Amino acid sequence: MDTSIKILIVDDFATMRRILKNILKQLGFKNLVEADDGTSAWEILEGQRIDLIISDWNMPKMTGLELLKKVRASDSYKRTPFLMVTAEAQKQNVIEAVQAGVSNYVVKPFTAEAISDKLEKILK
Amino acid sequence: MDVKLINPFINATINVLETMAFIAVAAGKPYLKKDNVAVGDVSGVLGLTGIANGTISVTFEEKCILTIVSNMFGETMSELNNEIADAVGELTNMISGQARRELEEMGKVFKAAIPSVVTGRNHSIIHYTEGPKIAIPFNTTNGDFTIEVCFER
Repeated sequence: MDTSIKILIVDDFATMRRILKNILKQLGFKNLVEADDGTSAWEILEGQRIDLIISDWNMPKMTGLELLKKVRASDSYKRTPFLMVTAEAQKQNVIEAVQAGVSNYVVKPFTAEAISDKLEKILK
Repeated sequence: MDVKLINPFINATINVLETMAFIAVAAGKPYLKKDNVAVGDVSGVLGLTGIANGTISVTFEEKCILTIVSNMFGETMSELNNEIADAVGELTNMISGQARRELEEMGKVFKAAIPSVVTGRNHSIIHYTEGPKIAIPFNTTNGDFTIEVCFER
């Protein structure tokens, strides 16, 4: 995996952003940016180049699904890998995310190995 | 209240804490809770809507949640603060998500709100619906916690 890429972590819970940052740092990723909802994430995406988006689903202002749809509709980010990390894992959620173009999906709670495996698949 | 609604929350609680905090927990005997006083120092509360409307709460003793969050972060947490409150919210969120997945397999579909967190000794837990409050105590080697499940009659 290319660990020099810039990763945007989007979650309304600082706890989850911290856990994901710890895992990503252990995997060798150093270029990490955070946002606490979809709206803030979009502002970051407009202001700098991001290579991978890791986002929660259920957030205030703009949900992860809304962010995903906005990303896929954008010329700049329509092919950017998007990993959904969420507690929302009912069948309808997964179908909606796949239809919107999610690259992969991790259900909370998760292990560090689960994140690593999904990133390997997305970034190979 | 349909008692089949309870087990998914017990299973989810055990799985979330074992996976995210590497802590083995044991569920005690469920009981009917009569008052609104929390059995602990910090609670996450989350509303559910679907085939029935209800609320779940997860209340931790201070020592217990400090150990859990220390394990989640890989560093020692020594006081109840905003970081702990945030973690309690996310744990409640994950327990809800995992339980709703199991409930969906039973044909019972629920949606969840964003959790809120209450702290302080003897704080109150206000369930959003009228109905029996089923409390399930859990033990860990570093303190106890309790989940409450309340669905409308």
